[in-house]
Amino acid sequence: MNPALRFLSRRVWLVTLAALIVLVIVNWILQPNLMTPNVIKSNLTVFLPVALAAIGQTYVILAGDIDLSVGTTAALVNVVTVTVITALGADLDAVLVGMAAGVGVGIACGLFNGVLVALLRFQAIVTTFATGILFGALALLVMPTAGGSVPAIYWRSYSGALLGIPVIYWIYAAALLVVALIAARPFIKHVAAVGGHRAAAFQTGLRTARVRIGAYVLCGLFSAFAALCLTGETASGDPLLGRTLALSSILAVVVGGTALAGGKGSAFGSVLGALVIGMIGNVVFFAKPPFEYQTLIQGLITLAALAGGVFIARRQDSRGRGLA
Amino acid sequence: MSRTRAVLSNPLVLAALSVLALLGIGEILSPGFAQGNQVTRLLTVSALLGIVAAGQCLVVIGGREGIDLSVGAMISLGAVLAGNVMSGANGAIVPAFLVASGATFLIGIVNGLGVTLLRIPPLVMTLGMMGVVQGGLTVITRGIPSGNAAPALSSFVNQPFLLGLPGILYVWALVALVMWFLLRRTELGFAIYAIGSNERAAILAGLPVRLVRILLYGLSGFFAGITGVLVIGYTGNSFVSVGDQYVLPSVIAVVIGGVSLAGGTGNYFGAMLGAIALTLLTSVLTTLELEFWGRQLIFGSVLLLLMLLYGRSRQLRV
Repeated sequence: MNPALRFLSRRVWLVTLAALIVLVIVNWILQPNLMTPNVIKSNLTVFLPVALAAIGQTYVILAGDIDLSVGTTAALVNVVTVTVITALGADLDAVLVGMAAGVGVGIACGLFNGVLVALLRFQAIVTTFATGILFGALALLVMPTAGGSVPAIYWRSYSGALLGIPVIYWIYAAALLVVALIAARPFIKHVAAVGGHRAAAFQTGLRTARVRIGAYVLCGLFSAFAALCLTGETASGDPLLGRTLALSSILAVVVGGTALAGGKGSAFGSVLGALVIGMIGNVVFFAKPPFEYQTLIQGLITLAALAGGVFIARRQDSRGRGLA
Repeated sequence: MSRTRAVLSNPLVLAALSVLALLGIGEILSPGFAQGNQVTRLLTVSALLGIVAAGQCLVVIGGREGIDLSVGAMISLGAVLAGNVMSGANGAIVPAFLVASGATFLIGIVNGLGVTLLRIPPLVMTLGMMGVVQGGLTVITRGIPSGNAAPALSSFVNQPFLLGLPGILYVWALVALVMWFLLRRTELGFAIYAIGSNERAAILAGLPVRLVRILLYGLSGFFAGITGVLVIGYTGNSFVSVGDQYVLPSVIAVVIGGVSLAGGTGNYFGAMLGAIALTLLTSVLTTLELEFWGRQLIFGSVLLLLMLLYGRSRQLRV
């Protein structure tokens, strides 16, 4: 293989970054005010929940599993948070307790998925689809119809600024910091080993079930973060929130260069993937094609991006496995 | 004793028992649930799911994490195309079938090409294709419901056709026969199992692995297109998201029927029972007059219970 391609195949996120830069330039041409602080901020606010959910999804996919319940986990976190805040009187303490409750719910959902898939050895796709239905049902039980509201302190802080920098940038920074911390720990190698070759990982004495459960818990945790951000955006409770979050997080992970078969990829790439997916929507919107062609063009570009992400990620191991 | 256990842990037996149990529960909850007309109606609904599941079944058996998430969009496309070709004219039913299933067959072939030549994981390829087909539908329909079924097609799907049973059930039986013949009596069928259970061995044995896999995705599209035509016959008209409700149920029907998502095992009869069981479950839950969340809660729990019974993968002791 030529050296440049090998270099890229180990850093697939560079390709995603290149795609992102191209999209930003195209978008800038189509929408001259793109590079003003307000527009940048509003774009990044829209992309944030998907980026967070995609980070969590990365660990699960890296471990060779998948989580289709991300969306309803987020919905459950949202309604629990809003309900708890309302019940406790809507002051600052109530907000903090509500957010903590939401995070707890997210972790619990992830733990439930992880136990079913890793300990009871259920098939991940169908299982997380089924648990997704359960979480959605629980969200409807907690809050039958959309409503309720979070106090102004919640959404004002979310859309506000801290030390002169918008809060959502702090959230991006914090998320990337967590990603970096996780990437520096042995856990990430264990996850990749479990996803890359489960039998081999097991034979080296790795506690594969524990690692996979850990990945699901992280996924639940990041889904909860995504839900808290969505709550900051909508400022209300909605049991049907985050419907598209599961699929878009998977798309972002794949576009970010993580192999769906597991074992290879990075959460950093997934964040870039989420931005790419978001920017595709923007570019198609601002290119102003006839309205009925918008979904088609967006679908084609997304498919091309997916194929590109997979193609680059696959180059690395095409030798020796290239039979089919 | 171990023999009894072996019989009971057979997915086919379990699926059949689930069907009987659900029928019993339905009859207790609402007398008349398990009677002639009602059963015919349930089978009609099951047939729609069952025919999509035929394609899903093939793709899953073919292995390499085979799955087709674009069937929903292809059903919608089939329904919209058929509706526009027919425009209510009985004479245009056959062309409608040909156009709808031909278009979706070609889309399936593209899926297959992406999965084999570009080596895109099926989940991603068909998910991406779902977006593209939905976009294509918006172009065709401009978001407005369009086309309608020919009267003869509607009565073929909904009214008694032969021996008191609607025609769609004969179509389903034909699909079952074709699937049985394809999987058990043709070289292609054996090739499908061989590829699904051990792709490397299949390649070394000289089987045209890529060609077979491309064909499987094409067939999945074909069955989705046929379902689309029948769906417009069932509902009378079509809209762009009419097929969405079939995507995950078609996967679940296949799994309930004992086809492992790992590929290489299972058969279509299981998937048929799975489709009936799922339809019954939905129907029983509707009969219960529970709140929506209650129905969803039970639905999710039953799925997990079924997974517990036989959706578990091999224990890792290598």
